[in-house]
Amino acid sequence: MLAALRLWIADKLPAWIFLAGLLSIWQLIVAQQWVASYLLPSPLQILDTTLDMWPDIFAATLSTAQSILWGLGLSLIVGITSALIFFSIPIARRAILPFCIFFQTVPIIAIAPLLVIWFGYGQPTVNASAFIVSLFPILANTLTGLQETDPQLKELFRLYKPSRLQLVFKLQIPSAIPYMITGIKISAGLAVVGAIVGEFIAGGGLGSLIDAARTQQRVDLVFSGVFMSSALALALVYFINLITGLLFRHRPYLRKQ
Amino acid sequence: MPSIEVQQLEKSFASNAQALFAGLSFTLASNECLCLLGPSGCGKTTLLRLLMGLEQPSSGTIRIDPALDAKMSYVFQEPRLVPWRTCLENVLLPLELTAQKNADARTRAVELLQKIGLGDRLEHFPDQLSGGMQMRVALARALITQPKIVLLDEPFAALDERTRFHMQDLLLELKARLQLQYIFVTHSISEAVYISDRILLLDNTGAARDIRSLDFKERNQSLKLTPMFNTVVSEYSNLFSEMEDKMPMSTAVRPK
Repeated sequence: MLAALRLWIADKLPAWIFLAGLLSIWQLIVAQQWVASYLLPSPLQILDTTLDMWPDIFAATLSTAQSILWGLGLSLIVGITSALIFFSIPIARRAILPFCIFFQTVPIIAIAPLLVIWFGYGQPTVNASAFIVSLFPILANTLTGLQETDPQLKELFRLYKPSRLQLVFKLQIPSAIPYMITGIKISAGLAVVGAIVGEFIAGGGLGSLIDAARTQQRVDLVFSGVFMSSALALALVYFINLITGLLFRHRPYLRKQ
Repeated sequence: MPSIEVQQLEKSFASNAQALFAGLSFTLASNECLCLLGPSGCGKTTLLRLLMGLEQPSSGTIRIDPALDAKMSYVFQEPRLVPWRTCLENVLLPLELTAQKNADARTRAVELLQKIGLGDRLEHFPDQLSGGMQMRVALARALITQPKIVLLDEPFAALDERTRFHMQDLLLELKARLQLQYIFVTHSISEAVYISDRILLLDNTGAARDIRSLDFKERNQSLKLTPMFNTVVSEYSNLFSEMEDKMPMSTAVRPK
């Protein structure tokens, strides 16, 4: 127990000390009026605003979280299924995969207006935006994981003449799991970006709150929204770590990334 | 009918102009165990892979007794354990893939692991084992299907001496008890003499010399201390040196 605490302190303490130092310097800069508070509000001022407006901020955060979960959930289903299809049917991979790169390269801000036209203002557009942005890393990582199966293990399996399904479920999918987890974590961060950008255009959630605060020159509220978005992304990664840790608690290799 | 019959075997690789084996022919009689000896690059591993069907010969034929064909097993030069499976699950893998996993499969796997000294490591993962332990798990995995012939590619090279002796005796015990046949690649002349009925000496020119090992009445580790055993080992050692003196620098390649 003590050893675990020591390990935690050694691992996490430097980051907490750095954060405390950064916030102190920031507070000092604003308190000394080296920068005007309407341009850069102090951390304490941001905290005050967050507490004052907590019901609104909380509702916005909840709405954004919902869109992120929708987008990411859909990406998980579509991404992993597509990767399995592309892996099993090489002609489909060669025909379709180049066009999937569209999802990776297109700036979401450029197609968000289209999404509004198709899905209208509100959550469906935001969900779609989070989905489009978060699809590719899951798909690409899962596909890479399936393709990168250790050739020596493939040869070992060949000795026992496995069926196609045995090969996929006993070798290729387990080999791909560490890649999938990495892809999901990358996609989680991108889903937050997609949702916020979607909300800028389609309204609702933290994106809309940040945009409204910007038009009212409420920089403190903009910071609140930004910090809440960041907290959402961190919470999501923590949640993914928790779930994968629980799912593979008896298979440490599969959690390695 | 011999268990294995090899005729005029040659194997060439695109990356190397010189073919391996230059028309190698030999037979493995039933109940016979063979050791392959030779310098690095002479094709010992390739020969095992050809016998197992993991490579196709460029010319020549390999005939395996149809009754034994499905009863062959292979131990690679490296353990090749599945990293997310425990020791026990790794040993059970061949039975799962060949749909032979029945009620007593687990008991048999545990017994095998106990026999090779890993009875207390059943739930350990490969990265929690030493290289030698991993190799022993690979051996147990090859034996779980109750094969008639096992092809072993330097399986004991990474083991400490005491464990190596134990494994050699285990092979001899399985040979006596289950009529297990094996083809065994090693660099140790003493090991080859101890565990085999015959030795096939290969060299880098493709030449091979087939030597019948002495028919020792009883084989146990104390045999290695007898003058007779050591005379045989030194004779083979001289023979090996003669072959090496005649051969050009190695040009062979290891298959991927």
